[in-house]
Amino acid sequence: MENLAKQKVIQDLKPQQFGKRGMIWVGILLFICAVGLFAYIRQLSKGLVVTSMRDYVSWGIYISNFVFFVAISLVGSLITAVLRLSDVHWSTPLTRIAEIIAVAAITFASIIIVVDMGRPERFYNLFLHGRLQSPIIWDVIVITTYFFISMLLLYFPLLPDLNILMKLKEKTSKGLDKLYSFLGSFWKNTPGQIKINERAISILSITIIPVAFSIHTVTSWLFATTYRPGWDSTNFGAYFISGAFLVGAGGVVVAMYVFRKAYKLENYIKEDHFDKMGKVLVMLALLYLYFNINEFLVPAFKMKKPEEEHLVGLFTGEFAPIFWFAIFTAMIIPIFILLFKKGRKPLPAFIAGCLVVIGSWFKRYLIVTPTLLHPFLPMQDVPDSYRHYFPSWEEWAIAMGSLAGVLLIITIFARIFPIIPIQETITEIEEHENV
Amino acid sequence: MNTHDTSRREFLAASLLAGAALAGCNTKNPFEKDAAEMVNPSGEMVKLLSVDGEVIEIDKAFLKPVPHLPAVSNDAARLGIGNKKFVMVIDLSRCKSLKKCQSACNHMHHVHPGQNWIKVYPMQDAEHTAPYWQPTTCMHCDEPPCVKVCPVDATFKRQDGIVLIDSDRCIGCRFCMAACPYSTRVFNWEEPEMEPEIAAQPYSCESSVPQKKGTVGKCDFCPDMARKGELPHCVSACPNGVFLFGDMLEDSVTNGAETFRFSDLIKDKAGYRLMEDLGTKPSVYYLPPVNRNFPFENAETKEEAKKS
Repeated sequence: MENLAKQKVIQDLKPQQFGKRGMIWVGILLFICAVGLFAYIRQLSKGLVVTSMRDYVSWGIYISNFVFFVAISLVGSLITAVLRLSDVHWSTPLTRIAEIIAVAAITFASIIIVVDMGRPERFYNLFLHGRLQSPIIWDVIVITTYFFISMLLLYFPLLPDLNILMKLKEKTSKGLDKLYSFLGSFWKNTPGQIKINERAISILSITIIPVAFSIHTVTSWLFATTYRPGWDSTNFGAYFISGAFLVGAGGVVVAMYVFRKAYKLENYIKEDHFDKMGKVLVMLALLYLYFNINEFLVPAFKMKKPEEEHLVGLFTGEFAPIFWFAIFTAMIIPIFILLFKKGRKPLPAFIAGCLVVIGSWFKRYLIVTPTLLHPFLPMQDVPDSYRHYFPSWEEWAIAMGSLAGVLLIITIFARIFPIIPIQETITEIEEHENV
Repeated sequence: MNTHDTSRREFLAASLLAGAALAGCNTKNPFEKDAAEMVNPSGEMVKLLSVDGEVIEIDKAFLKPVPHLPAVSNDAARLGIGNKKFVMVIDLSRCKSLKKCQSACNHMHHVHPGQNWIKVYPMQDAEHTAPYWQPTTCMHCDEPPCVKVCPVDATFKRQDGIVLIDSDRCIGCRFCMAACPYSTRVFNWEEPEMEPEIAAQPYSCESSVPQKKGTVGKCDFCPDMARKGELPHCVSACPNGVFLFGDMLEDSVTNGAETFRFSDLIKDKAGYRLMEDLGTKPSVYYLPPVNRNFPFENAETKEEAKKS
């Protein structure tokens, strides 16, 4: 490969300063985060009474947000591990996008679960008095493991790129340069180092798959290990995993489109990528639809008394609008858009991706709340406010703040590091030319 | 509870002192051998009222502060009372939803206004079956789903069968509330309102007082009362004797006025437990609402009765 072409790739992909739009975007995100932080401080001083959660609906949008974050983080393992191991090369430019989504989402999953705690200052009790029998401890263990593996999967492929960035003639800024050399000055691009790095990445790619399955299966078990109608299901693990891959892939499509536009990456994230990711999305949406049919049709066929109230509430009752909205926006409409070749062009694929992500967020809400409103014994001897649930402004602010936090991490990461792997792109072009 | 407690303690202390004083007045001084050896009379005399109503004088040196009932340590509270298996029987044929149980429980445990540890459900299992009142406490299951899921051992099962919560350890994740099929658990969503002297009491998981913000609460079967050999508050508060409490190993349950052999009672009246199919093995048994003492009356039926 000519040096000139190589320089062009580096120039195209090196991190760029925020433009005016970038600054506004970061400003908005920071503002939403600040509002969320303010709401959390209120919650800390007054207690969880500022939320709309009460004794019956004891878990609300914090927990559904947690499930959403864990779900979306699974895409890191899908794109970087599953596709890498099956020797799929077209996904290379997408690996870092997927991995930073995973890291950002899993970080905020941990934060939001602390936000939901009545006594966050006693978090250390999990280590001091942890009981291995409790699914929460399983979740703590696998999420921590997943976080570190994801961090390493983000870091190791970054090493050759850091080397490239440090060699750049025009320095970006002193601070960034220090950061690059702190993170990667030991990397000399020697064949030995490259070999070790490749081995490390492939070992991590293998290990992350069972861990990724574990995080979301265990998260589903937080619900499925209880007796409650709507949660008491053996289908839950697979149902959660399939939904997680779907929302994660949807998130990647959205991020692809935004980065492509913002950083003018048309030569790297090509229409072909949208076409292929579109097909992946269709497959995942069909898979999730299949598990949804299992989850709802089988109990609905029998209509056992405790299930009946819950299911009728979803199908035709109080939650029917959200239920059908989620089913259509997360699965059916995206399937119809992406089945057609024209639908897999960047813009329609982006719209389909947005629909998947939004629909999936509401789907998580439906997994948590309606079940809690249909206990075995009827709701009794409680104030009227205990019988309904609509999140308070503090809950919305904190939930939106956490979503903005994820976007902020991704945005800042893309400002500091190349969002498309430079070295891997160069290597692939070279390999392509040699063929 | 505190005022009640202290007055009770003061009474105990006074009577003990009076007893000691009386003993001191006897010609045969029981302090001669032991106490007198240790206590040097100060010569300063104080007047006391004896249990007989006599005013007596005693040397001040003999007066000793009576220690409070020894506080149960956290370890002892987690272990429970030895050789006991507490059990409750709720006789549905006697309940007319007076809710005295509920108000006594709320009062003694300082449950947050609006929340209840004891709930009284108007139940009707099917359209053509008879309605009845069903009070529920914590079931103190032998296979407690709440204990299974607690990540920090803040809720635990004791050797005497009681399931308790340690509010000093609870992290407020509320997994136990999701796990409990009987919806028995409540959460302290805000700082509990209490009189200062109650808030100042040392916390014990046996009394569940003072309640703590951000932690879970529920019916505790009043183990602090059991230690004193007394009945739980709901049992003694119910004028109809709906609640019977006792020890399965002694095979007896009582509501204060009547005492039954537990096994006979359950056999004769066909006692059952709630949601047996879930396998939680509750410690609370129900006697079916047959041969009722009261007709089932709630706001609706009362109105209907008025119309007709």
